[in-house]
Amino acid sequence: MSEQAPVSPDTEGETTDTDTDGQSPAETLDERADERAEETPVTTGAQSVIRALENAGAEMLFGVQGGAIMPVYDALYDSEELTHITMAHEQGASHAADAYGIVSGKPGVCMATSGPGATNLVTGIADASMDSDPMIALTGQVPTNFVGNDAFQETDTVGVTQPVTKHSYFADDSDTVGDEVGEAFALADEGRQGPTLVDLPKDVTKGETEVQPGTPEKPDTYNPPTEADADWVAAAANALAEAERPVVLSGGGVIKADASDELRAFAKEYEIPVITTMPGIGSFPEDHDLSLEWAGMHGTGYANMAITNTDCMLAIGTRFDDRLTGDVETFAPDAEIIHVDIDEAEISKNIEADYPLVGDAKHVLRQLDDAMEAAYDAADSSPERYAEWREQCTEWKDEYPMTYDTPDDEPLKPQYVVERFSELADDDAIVTTGVGQHQMWASQFWEFTEPRTWVSSHGLGTMGYGVPSAIGAKLAAPDQEVVCFDGDGSFLMTVQELSVAVREDLDVTYVILNNEAVGMVRQWQDGFYEGRRMASEYPWIPEFDMLAEAFGARGFRLEDYDSVDEVIEKARSYDGPAVVDAIIDPAENVYPMVPSGGDNGLFALQEDHLDDI
Amino acid sequence: MTGGMPGPHPDERMRPEGRRNSQGIRIDPEVEATHQPRRAVLSTLVKHEPGVLSEVSALFSRRQFNIESLTVGATDDPEVARMTIVIEEPEPGIEQAKKQVRKLVPVISVEELEPQAVQRELVLVKVDGAKPDDVNAVADMYDGNVVDASAEAITVEITGSAQKVDAAIEAFDQFTVREVVRTGAAAIDRGAETLRAERRTDTTAASTAETATDD
Repeated sequence: MSEQAPVSPDTEGETTDTDTDGQSPAETLDERADERAEETPVTTGAQSVIRALENAGAEMLFGVQGGAIMPVYDALYDSEELTHITMAHEQGASHAADAYGIVSGKPGVCMATSGPGATNLVTGIADASMDSDPMIALTGQVPTNFVGNDAFQETDTVGVTQPVTKHSYFADDSDTVGDEVGEAFALADEGRQGPTLVDLPKDVTKGETEVQPGTPEKPDTYNPPTEADADWVAAAANALAEAERPVVLSGGGVIKADASDELRAFAKEYEIPVITTMPGIGSFPEDHDLSLEWAGMHGTGYANMAITNTDCMLAIGTRFDDRLTGDVETFAPDAEIIHVDIDEAEISKNIEADYPLVGDAKHVLRQLDDAMEAAYDAADSSPERYAEWREQCTEWKDEYPMTYDTPDDEPLKPQYVVERFSELADDDAIVTTGVGQHQMWASQFWEFTEPRTWVSSHGLGTMGYGVPSAIGAKLAAPDQEVVCFDGDGSFLMTVQELSVAVREDLDVTYVILNNEAVGMVRQWQDGFYEGRRMASEYPWIPEFDMLAEAFGARGFRLEDYDSVDEVIEKARSYDGPAVVDAIIDPAENVYPMVPSGGDNGLFALQEDHLDDI
Repeated sequence: MTGGMPGPHPDERMRPEGRRNSQGIRIDPEVEATHQPRRAVLSTLVKHEPGVLSEVSALFSRRQFNIESLTVGATDDPEVARMTIVIEEPEPGIEQAKKQVRKLVPVISVEELEPQAVQRELVLVKVDGAKPDDVNAVADMYDGNVVDASAEAITVEITGSAQKVDAAIEAFDQFTVREVVRTGAAAIDRGAETLRAERRTDTTAASTAETATDD
């Protein structure tokens, strides 16, 4: 558990990145596909489905059995290359696959039967869609001659999922189903990553075929650009060179594009302060002088001051979510926006881009880097120009410190638990969370330095994401320490997946920041609903340490400051899933806070500020 | 409640001078400027396969784009269908709609037609049959044809621009209109310009930057 593993999971050879040396990954995959076709040719649609996953380089899938998907599971019985993790609930399968995708960088696979199996996956698919996480979902379906008849366990899965996938496929032919699964896999990974789905009627999977699936090929209509337009790049470089108060806003797309190295090099070379979005956490080391950590509703005061007062923002791989921007009318109102995104539909969707750079973050950052020297020459400028601004940002760090009180006579502060764990954990430990106050404290008080170490549900805000996401993360990076911060409310939503962590003997530490409430809702009720706490407090909840023991995990209870380090170390050193029930101050609130739709620059630092803004 | 951090009160902080409008566009704070909606015709080539219509129409509904009409029909290529989508949106919404449609996997290409493009729709109007000669005369005025007639009702077919069709329906009002069936617009660029099923190759920033026209 304390063993030092490579800093980021090695995804070379699995991504679609083309500039690797020597034999391209595609060639290797092609050869392996040919070998498989020769050694054990597929004879049914179901075997084609499994073969397509093998040909795509998938290693693991998360699923739950059921009637209409049984032929595919039967074919899986013979696969030596794929490991199946049986989850307790399909929602757990989708979140585990999602986290696996975030950490490994390649599509996570989840599988379920028709009807309720498929609808239970939907939350996780929608979650992956909002956060652009690579994922493929395979769902059983009633036989094609029953489709449309309201047959047992029939749901229009393509219809239900279409709004939350990049594309949902309905397979109708045993000969083509394999390549359709391959295409769905490739599409999930191509360009802006995201979820795809293939619906698999039982007669199609049971049907015979002699067609051998090839390696995955993306749809011919889907062609995201790699390089940004050179003129726009030059113009953007000029804007940066002429700026007085520039910032880099690094989004989740930087991590998705494996562009963290390029981003770090760029920001350091030109000495531009870096703000991340929440999904962008880890793209830039938070312990670096240029880091202002993350901005938005509960972002740091200094990040929100900088993002409000900047005059030139290099925003990369971000969709300007409302939790980041607050009121768009007051968002970075002095700033020219350079927007780098691989999805052109994100350009000027929420915030107008003055310099649209449509392309892959890794490539565009290199293009920009190449253009900077000429831009500085033309403007008779240099990174020295930003010195005063950098100083201002540093001053803000002193003015708005992320501190909290730890009075001995009051219950445990959640921030302290997170901060101590961050100190004690491995540098490359992966943190996953549920959704709510605990998620904010985890992201604020853990120090992140590496990409793919922060795994959370951002856009959809799915309570219950924590328990299964830690499973997916651990299986994607078995050599890295995995910690899940959860809330008591979130934990209860998917607690059944703890049985999977025990069964698979996963060395994961769960820390429940337990305030016996849906704390974020309670905080809003106190702030904006006159303290009318409707359905936010739990009059009774289980004792989570004992619940953990009942599941076969190790349970700990943490109540006072003196035992924080000791309990954390005990939980960390337990070889298997451990659950720490940390009883925290139920009155603690998350600050800083920009109220929903508010002005980022007017973030509240305390409750009484809320009345003044 | 507890929690909270030290630091200057919101009123005591450095403030920017600028402002954006509700569309996220930087504006002069003194002059409030917003884009007015305009009508745009999007000619869209899609793969001729099941589910495409629902995928496109669902996109418009979930992103709250205001559709005036949507027609689907075959093209000279049996594997390709054409959707003609008429929307009314402010400029940023039109650009957004084009880019969102272009992202859909079965969509081959999306082009906005020139404002002067030829646009035609067909309407069938069923009116009372009491005055067949008068109905005929009005139909003639709009180059229409009587396609069905009985003692009680007459059905007239008229083709033309949306404005002409509107005017024709108004003119038939005098005969008591029983039913109106309109197709929505079919549209094609003037001159030698064509939009055929070539794979889209250019989705670069340059094309997104040139806002008003797309070709």
